[in-house]
Amino acid sequence: MTQEEIKQTLLQRLKSIAPDTEPSQLKPDDNIRQTLGIDSFDYLQFIVALDEQFGIQTPEEDYGKIQTLKELTDYVDARVKR
Amino acid sequence: MLEYRMPSLGADMESGFLREWRVKPGDQIRKGDIIAEVETQKGIIEIEVFDEGTIGELLVKVDDKVPVGTLMATIIPAGEAVPVTAEKAPAAIGIPAAEVAAAEEHHIRASPLARRIASEKGIALSSIHGTGPDGAITRDDVEHAISARMAPEAKPELQKEPPTAPKEGISETKSAIPSAPVEVIPTKPTSAPGFSTETVRMAVAAAMSKSNREIPHYYLETRIDMCSALNWLSEANKQRPVRERLLPAVLLIKAVARALNDVPDLNAWWEDGLQRKASINVGYVVSLRTGGIMVPTIHDADSKSLDELMQALNDLIPRARALRLRSSELADSTITVTSLGEGGVETVYGVIYPPQVALVGFGGITEQPWAENGMLDVRPVLTATLAADHRASDGSTGSRFLTAIKNYLQQPDKL
Repeated sequence: MTQEEIKQTLLQRLKSIAPDTEPSQLKPDDNIRQTLGIDSFDYLQFIVALDEQFGIQTPEEDYGKIQTLKELTDYVDARVKR
Repeated sequence: MLEYRMPSLGADMESGFLREWRVKPGDQIRKGDIIAEVETQKGIIEIEVFDEGTIGELLVKVDDKVPVGTLMATIIPAGEAVPVTAEKAPAAIGIPAAEVAAAEEHHIRASPLARRIASEKGIALSSIHGTGPDGAITRDDVEHAISARMAPEAKPELQKEPPTAPKEGISETKSAIPSAPVEVIPTKPTSAPGFSTETVRMAVAAAMSKSNREIPHYYLETRIDMCSALNWLSEANKQRPVRERLLPAVLLIKAVARALNDVPDLNAWWEDGLQRKASINVGYVVSLRTGGIMVPTIHDADSKSLDELMQALNDLIPRARALRLRSSELADSTITVTSLGEGGVETVYGVIYPPQVALVGFGGITEQPWAENGMLDVRPVLTATLAADHRASDGSTGSRFLTAIKNYLQQPDKL
């Protein structure tokens, strides 16, 4: 899976969690939660979806490392390739 | 014979539109069954029954406007003989005469939103010229009519003729041919059809205006050291698969519910005096991203485990956001909890949702200097605020309640 494919999957997931937002407008360094107005409940649903989709495990202490689209794409990319 | 009447789904609700009967005469029903779907400002609400028996007659037609308290159906209690010819065409029996005019209004084609706005502004649909398909009245038509009334003078009731653009204003005739097709339901797509930010906004506006008008609020606040609670939560979540992780909100909800056991005067409604409630049903404020709030009920929050509270949130929050709640989830709350910390505010001064007598507001958890036992430290600190009804309780009661919440949050393993 390429970085672009991961990114597109992430954007689709964000759109399904928060249908009234426009994840496709996110810039690589935008803070995802702040920009889209995603609260902790929606964010948890997003992490659940992410873990199931990519078959990875995202511990709570990593939440701080995956705040932007770029960080998140890199994070998933590194774990998918393991 | 039992009577089933249109329930009130909040202080702000006067009526709803019956959109679907889920039962027919002769159907067996049990407590908690959904018998109808009713459209309110808070979405399409599934209406539950609280009796057991057999449906007798359905007395309200689909799409009728149904004022709160209207007899909707009869229920033959379990054990009583069921009449052979139970089915009968829905009639206007039981609907107050005053509602007949409203029923006639309903035969005029109009979108649900247009109908609602017109009703709230006291404008007869028959006085509005519809520009939608087949002459249906749209939201724009109603808004034009409102602005035509309001614009000329500060005497809206006296203004009969719109000063300009008569085509878009109030028209006494209904023969005009619609000029062009217009969307019948002019709302942005949301999960429940026919709703928009505006309808939710109006529901919030009505409830909060009533609260501010009638309830003498007093406010208390306290700072809570969240060190133990957050450490416990972090450890608990390490043991859990991601799907079962807990959010800090469940600790707060549980602490509030436990504190209400200690201070029951705040778990009450004010309706001709203080009415304490036996069940602790916490209304949890859910913000809609498009604006407005919904406050679904977590029933019996004091007896639910933290995992059960999290499951309740997992169930309720998406349905609240989709405006798909059940009647009991809108009407049963005995207190409201709002957690506004996500946006970075520290303190919430809430407005009580009538007829409740208290609201607990939680701000964000921020690192702050904390003095204890003569030592200064930095701790994660949460500010909890109580907005309470001074008719129902006094400051000392409120103080005991906030202190109890604070103490429960120091022992998260016992929540």
